[in-house]
Amino acid sequence: MSDYNQQMIEQFRGNFLKEVESNVEEGEWVKMCMQCGVCSGSCPFGPHWAHPPQEIFMMIREGEREQVLTSDSMWMCTSCYNCIVRCPRGLPITHIMHGLATYAKRLGLAPKEQPTAKFAQLFWDNLTKTGRVNELKLGLALYFMNGFSEGIKTSLKMKDIGLGMWKTKRLNPMEMVGGHSCKDTKGLQAILAKAQEIEDAKIGRSGA
Amino acid sequence: MSEAKIGAYICKGCGLGDRLDTSQLVTIAEREGKAAIAREHDFLCSEAGVQMIRDDIANEGVNRVVIAACSRRAKTDAFDFDGVCINRTNLREGVIWVRPDTDEDRETTQEMAADYVRMGCAEIKHMNPPTPNEKTDASSRILVVGGGISGMTAALEAARAGYPVTLVEKSGQLGGVAAELVKRVPERAPYADPEDTGVAALAAEIEANELIEVCLNSTLARTSGAPGCFSADIATESGTTRTENFGAIIQASGFKPYDASQLPELGYGKTPDVVDQMGLEALVRAAGDGPVKRPSDGKEVERVLFVQCAGQRSQKEGHLPYCSGHCCLTSIKQAMYFKDRNRDIDTEILYTDLRTPGAPGEDFYRSGQQKGITFVKGVVEDVASSGNGAKVKYKDIILDETIERDVDLVVLATGMVPNSGVDIEAVSAPNVEGAEDDAGDNGGDSVEIPVESILNLTYRQGKDIPQLKYGFTDSHFICFPYESRRTGIYATGPVRRPMDMMSAIEDATGAALKAIQAVENAKLGRAAHPRSGDLSFPSFRKEGCTQCKRCTVECPFGAIDEDEQRYPQFNESRCRRCGTCMGACPVRVISFENYSVDTVGQQIKNVDIPDEFDEKPRILVLACENDAYPALDMAAQSGQQYSQWARVIPVRCLGSVNTIWVTDALNSGYDGVVLMGCQKGENYQCHFVKGSEMAHYRMSKIDDTLSQLNLEKERVATYEVAITDIERAPGLINEMAETIDKIGMSPFKF
Amino acid sequence: MAKKSYSFYPGCSSQKAASASNYLTSVQSMCDVLDVELNEIPDWNCCSASIGYAGGGELPRLALSARNMALSEQAHPGQDIVATCAACWLATKETQERLHADEELMKETNEALAAAGLQVKADQKVRHMVEVLIEDFGYEELGKPVKKPLEGIKIAGYVGCQTNRPFGIAGESFENPKYLDKLVETLGAEPCENYEKKVQCCGGALAFSEPEKSQELIKGIIESAYDNGAELIVTPCPVCQMNVEVYQDQINAKYGTKFKMPVVYYSTLMSVAYGKSLKEAGLDGQVIRAKQLEEIAKK
Repeated sequence: MSDYNQQMIEQFRGNFLKEVESNVEEGEWVKMCMQCGVCSGSCPFGPHWAHPPQEIFMMIREGEREQVLTSDSMWMCTSCYNCIVRCPRGLPITHIMHGLATYAKRLGLAPKEQPTAKFAQLFWDNLTKTGRVNELKLGLALYFMNGFSEGIKTSLKMKDIGLGMWKTKRLNPMEMVGGHSCKDTKGLQAILAKAQEIEDAKIGRSGA
Repeated sequence: MSEAKIGAYICKGCGLGDRLDTSQLVTIAEREGKAAIAREHDFLCSEAGVQMIRDDIANEGVNRVVIAACSRRAKTDAFDFDGVCINRTNLREGVIWVRPDTDEDRETTQEMAADYVRMGCAEIKHMNPPTPNEKTDASSRILVVGGGISGMTAALEAARAGYPVTLVEKSGQLGGVAAELVKRVPERAPYADPEDTGVAALAAEIEANELIEVCLNSTLARTSGAPGCFSADIATESGTTRTENFGAIIQASGFKPYDASQLPELGYGKTPDVVDQMGLEALVRAAGDGPVKRPSDGKEVERVLFVQCAGQRSQKEGHLPYCSGHCCLTSIKQAMYFKDRNRDIDTEILYTDLRTPGAPGEDFYRSGQQKGITFVKGVVEDVASSGNGAKVKYKDIILDETIERDVDLVVLATGMVPNSGVDIEAVSAPNVEGAEDDAGDNGGDSVEIPVESILNLTYRQGKDIPQLKYGFTDSHFICFPYESRRTGIYATGPVRRPMDMMSAIEDATGAALKAIQAVENAKLGRAAHPRSGDLSFPSFRKEGCTQCKRCTVECPFGAIDEDEQRYPQFNESRCRRCGTCMGACPVRVISFENYSVDTVGQQIKNVDIPDEFDEKPRILVLACENDAYPALDMAAQSGQQYSQWARVIPVRCLGSVNTIWVTDALNSGYDGVVLMGCQKGENYQCHFVKGSEMAHYRMSKIDDTLSQLNLEKERVATYEVAITDIERAPGLINEMAETIDKIGMSPFKF
Repeated sequence: MAKKSYSFYPGCSSQKAASASNYLTSVQSMCDVLDVELNEIPDWNCCSASIGYAGGGELPRLALSARNMALSEQAHPGQDIVATCAACWLATKETQERLHADEELMKETNEALAAAGLQVKADQKVRHMVEVLIEDFGYEELGKPVKKPLEGIKIAGYVGCQTNRPFGIAGESFENPKYLDKLVETLGAEPCENYEKKVQCCGGALAFSEPEKSQELIKGIIESAYDNGAELIVTPCPVCQMNVEVYQDQINAKYGTKFKMPVVYYSTLMSVAYGKSLKEAGLDGQVIRAKQLEEIAKK
């Protein structure tokens, strides 16, 4: 667990709802949930969530900080936005789920072996390097994220798909070296660094 | 009254002329119906057609008009003639629209029409135009019982319309329960914050109004009379009594909060830190602008838990089974008392279903969420206390786990108990056989309730307004709110159903208008709802009366008292003209000028009954004019068909059906009888509340008659039919036709 | 009709030899016929789609799209920004909406952009290519250049998620959008109007991280297309296209199905109907070949 986590525990002293309201993207909406459950019923990955959104909101109100932040539930969000358009209270549920995931990651509480948590981080790392996503590197990084031998297995399994994509010129092995990129990578990274700095200051997070 | 002169008018419009031999119908009206004048017209409801009738009335002295055209529910404006009796023989919806247009059906369709013309002429022969019985000395003063929000509103609304009001309040001040509140749930947009109760302003307005007389510390010692001429004894605490006359009465006797001491499982009584909603109002009032303190030790409240549905919406013994409607909004308001003082106070509302009805509902709920009130779907498992504050254990239903909270204060949202006075159906044991069974429905087992009467009515049927469910006063909740079963007495506010202040204000306004209507109708000698404007009135032949009391007991409106000689004493303006007394009378001495045992009986007799070998059965259908008859009309409009053997007669209420009609019909060779009334029982839709129920009861005894006649009991069927039963109603007639097919024709054809 | 010009945001998947490069090919062919000029935003960057959130916080993610908008404002002032990718469109439009809803966020975003000497007003309209087609042309206009009507082909319009929610196309419902069906009809083919999975999620980015769970959803999408008699699926989204097309072998292996359902872009259909060659329509980019379209293209 991170120092940041310890710091937040002390700052909010058990008022998790308040913590969510101030530190999580769109977190101020959590209190407006009226517990109808439409979000849970609308989620395509609904059966795979340990705690569907309705429950997550209730847990936040009940102050179940640890259970929420270590949960793999938010990482099950496919960003289909079904819950958002159906929520009778207009809660931006998709964004809250993303926000909770981000926050859990920052606190160091996100589940370590959660595939989407890993993939999402890989994606971010990949895109911030050059400003554009390198699909091949991203794919391979994903296959190898659970170690080398796992990676070989997954790669073999996915080989046919890669082959199909390559044959139809939708995948380029040459991407391994160089590949697409923004020209002003430096500028982009400076923007991201500045944005991060502003955001960190707001949520009392220093030197992440 | 000059001698009856019948004019019969047969319409040929709307296809009637193509489908029917109208000249034959004219002949029937003349020869059999004894019409002095009988005419056909191509388009009877046209200006020319109507003028033709008008001319006959003016020039030929026609005073009984038979209009053989469309249903009585159509063209009412066109066929509106003053000072004469009108019969609407229904050839369109009743005959041609429910029968196929084929050559083979032509004969039976014509027979149907012919019978209806015979019936129309027979009915009108026995009808007299009712004479209005105006009461110019009727009082316009309205008596309002109860000085809470409902009563004050009713008084002001009546006064604003120009009617003098006497407001009787039991306590020493106006305002009722609302006077004890710190603030109220908002009634104005954006519905975000609690508002001033408005009680003081309302009371001031009442005091300033010259038309309103307020009697504090007063109750009603005795109330008698009828709309337009109620007489009430107003007794003061000091022992003086005065008597005054009123045109109508509004009962706004309100509610009591449920007794929370019956809820030890929710901690009430274990510590003073568990209070009910009224208890919290008192605490907040005591705190003034300062912080709210818990009663046990005066510590400032930092955590407060509201428990919804405390002792209500519960089937447990002693609990209220119903939802009181206001309590969720009230708890939100009360949590705001804390949040508006200090956002850091923890306020949690524990609910199973949050119900926030009315205009402020959803907005106020959201505002509560915005202010940081926590809403938890859960149920209390235990409330423990060692004196100060409480430890509450509850099951979070969403998370399915038990959660414990230490709080300074627990507020129980208990329900409303109506101040309805005496449950007359539980108290009085009717001494007429048959009626006893009905009393059983309404909790006859709980006779011993020491309740003070609100109205102290001198009515034959008891001291207060009848109750329907859970002790609330009965009112026709589907179609006619406010209407009680005591004409001219209107219940309003939480005494008739649980409601919040906003609803009570609206409700009281409605009740004031109903009271004014009753006053005005009484002056003109007209019926109040639902036969509003009806001038007919039941009379009885004293010579024939056996003093059996059926009419006095069965009248759903307590309109009939008994005089010193134990004869029925009709109170005209209490009467709703349903005819239930007429249906009840075993010796048939009760009748209306335009609706009697004869007006229907003669229709039944004048139907042509072919002999057995013609294989043309006859089915008598007695259909309630409020629901069943319209349903049959609408069935016709939508192209449904029913048996050519049916002869339908509309009745004011199934309660007005005298069994003699049924036995006479069977004796004279009808093969089946179908009765259609409204839904009865707890969720009744009967416009006269008990009429359909009485009819069903009476018909349950018809089997004896049938077996005496050696007839199959399937020949008589009684149904509850709703106005929406457009497919079912004709189906029921067809079913009877099939039954007759199966069991054969009646042997009573001569 | 006069030439129409837009500021174009192609997005990562449309790049050369990327997963949706054939999408871009067909879009270019389609625009060529419709006389649409697409001016690529110079030095555009990834929008971080809807999966960047593990590493990127709210402001960094918004800053990515803000940079694209800032570059567009500089290079193509007054032009609407048009994206062909659902995620690109969504992320950019969402950023625009949020920046305008929250002054502070706008301020902070510009503070970040200043690190690269940029600033954003975010006042160019952000549109999906489908919106351009429907709103700036209309079905009637789109039908005019049709040279080879796609007669006799039954097509399921798979709208998916992000072109449909939370913004969607004006006038369409979230639960049953009909624009693809109308477009299919315009091109002379037959739409599967009762296709019940038209807005079902395919798993999106989680098709990578949660393949089994996602493939279960994809299976439903294809199955329902077959049940409705479809011979082709058409979609406006590169993730939808890829997910529904390329995993069919794996799904067949796991569930014993015999799926071989071609999945194409609306722009592929349009290019073929407008008389473009197999290659120009991007049909050579099909992993599962759309043979009926190929035949028409070859005619």
